[in-house]
Amino acid sequence: MKLIQAIIKPFKLDEVKDALIELGVQGMTVVEVKGFGRQKGHKETYRGTEYQIEFVPKIKLEIAVADTMVQQVIETIGRAAKTGSIGDGKIFVSDLNQVIRIRTGESDESAV
Amino acid sequence: MSGDQQHKIGVSIFSFLVMLGLSSTSAYAESSSVINSGDTAWVLLSSALVLAMTIPGLALFYGGMVRSKNILSTMMHSFIAVCTVSVAWVLWGYSLAFGPDVGGVIGNLDWVGLKGVGPEPTEGSTIPHLAFMVFQLMFASITVALISGAIAERMNFGAFVLFSLLWVTFIYAPLAHWVWGGGWLGGFGELDFAGGTVVHISSGVAALACALVLGKRHGYGQENMSPHNLPLTVVGASLLWVGWFGFNAGSALAADGIAASAFVATHVATASGALAWLAVEWIYRGKPTVLGAASGAVSGLVAITPAAGFVGPVSAILIGLGGGVICYLGVFLKNKMGYDDALDVLGIHGIGGTWGALATGLFASVGGGTGLFFGNPGQLLIQAIGVFATWVFAFVGTYIILKVVDGTVGLRVSKEDEVLGLDLSQHSERAYG
Repeated sequence: MKLIQAIIKPFKLDEVKDALIELGVQGMTVVEVKGFGRQKGHKETYRGTEYQIEFVPKIKLEIAVADTMVQQVIETIGRAAKTGSIGDGKIFVSDLNQVIRIRTGESDESAV
Repeated sequence: MSGDQQHKIGVSIFSFLVMLGLSSTSAYAESSSVINSGDTAWVLLSSALVLAMTIPGLALFYGGMVRSKNILSTMMHSFIAVCTVSVAWVLWGYSLAFGPDVGGVIGNLDWVGLKGVGPEPTEGSTIPHLAFMVFQLMFASITVALISGAIAERMNFGAFVLFSLLWVTFIYAPLAHWVWGGGWLGGFGELDFAGGTVVHISSGVAALACALVLGKRHGYGQENMSPHNLPLTVVGASLLWVGWFGFNAGSALAADGIAASAFVATHVATASGALAWLAVEWIYRGKPTVLGAASGAVSGLVAITPAAGFVGPVSAILIGLGGGVICYLGVFLKNKMGYDDALDVLGIHGIGGTWGALATGLFASVGGGTGLFFGNPGQLLIQAIGVFATWVFAFVGTYIILKVVDGTVGLRVSKEDEVLGLDLSQHSERAYG
């Protein structure tokens, strides 16, 4: 099992979610986050005074998937979240040791 | 000079002579004062409109521009200024400003507690004396509230309460007396229709003294101090625009042609001020900002204030355009000079008021005033003297008051309280969630 964390542009959330549901992903967790990468921040100007805003709003998706699904999920997110311009985000994949469904007590692959 | 211009000057000189004739007639006539219900209704309504400029107008305009941890304290400054000034005005302020003249500099104490100020009109007036008094009370309130933009986010609340009482007594009352209360500047011929010098230069210059004496906000120039809620600021600026019709058109003190003229001049100057600010911003910064539109509109309002009843609509557009451009440059002064006038009170009210007072000396053509462009160069000199006197008096007087307040209750909150935010540290309240 893998935990896939994807940082994406906020306006791409719906497209990514729909594509993942179509693929058969059963659930996900979404968090509004702030951060910066190569895109850096942006400038804001108030009465001529400029402020450099370093942290840019992004969306972080977290999805736990079975090993067989990993490659398809990565490809789907990559396709749906891509605009081709700087700031599209990143996908992190890490090993997941254990998953438990609280309601039934099921664990691992059957709980994903 | 075109025949049309000569005609205009002829008409304005004629109307000036007529005005003089009328006013001297009424001054010498016995019991010529009868209450006019239209005039009275307009001045009472205008008084309420000027109150709406301060609360909620100015409170929202300023409140949106500070950080979220200071919005309550900032709105409270406008609110408390209305409260303290109103009581002081009735008890002694009105008498000092408009009571019987002492040497052209101040009123005496005959009208303390509004003794003798009643529902009947004064000689030559068509409105109850109390209506005039309360109209002037609203002016005094907003002037003190305007200064609070300079001290935002760092002043001890008790110190502001004390400051508001001292300032309205020792700075505002004398200035109002000089220009409107029978004092030396009005007698000298200074034209200030609705308060360019008395309200805007005085509050703007006082703001400079405040910024210098209080010092910069902690983290100024390093931390992000951008406005936390610009929609509130836009609502506030819009309310200021609406309320300003009471301020300027109400200053005719009658529901007449001068009031209508001042109303139109005020409106078009405000629109022009916003357009001018946006244009400069668009050219130099690449984007027109919403805060710029709001700031430009207020600049236009400030600039037209002393001129409102003395100029035609095209002159008003030029004064408004000038106000937008000059105030845009005015807010840059603080970055160059390094003082922290938090919400640009000097940049907009001080600089805009100065431009408006001088522009009145250029463009005055109706309602009893004649400026340089209409054949009376001496008016510009008189306006310049009024501007200079107001700058010096307001700066020195405010500086002394601040030192007194600092020496007694202390002007600034502690660094810890400032970082925590004044809403929590001064009032034990939070604005949001």
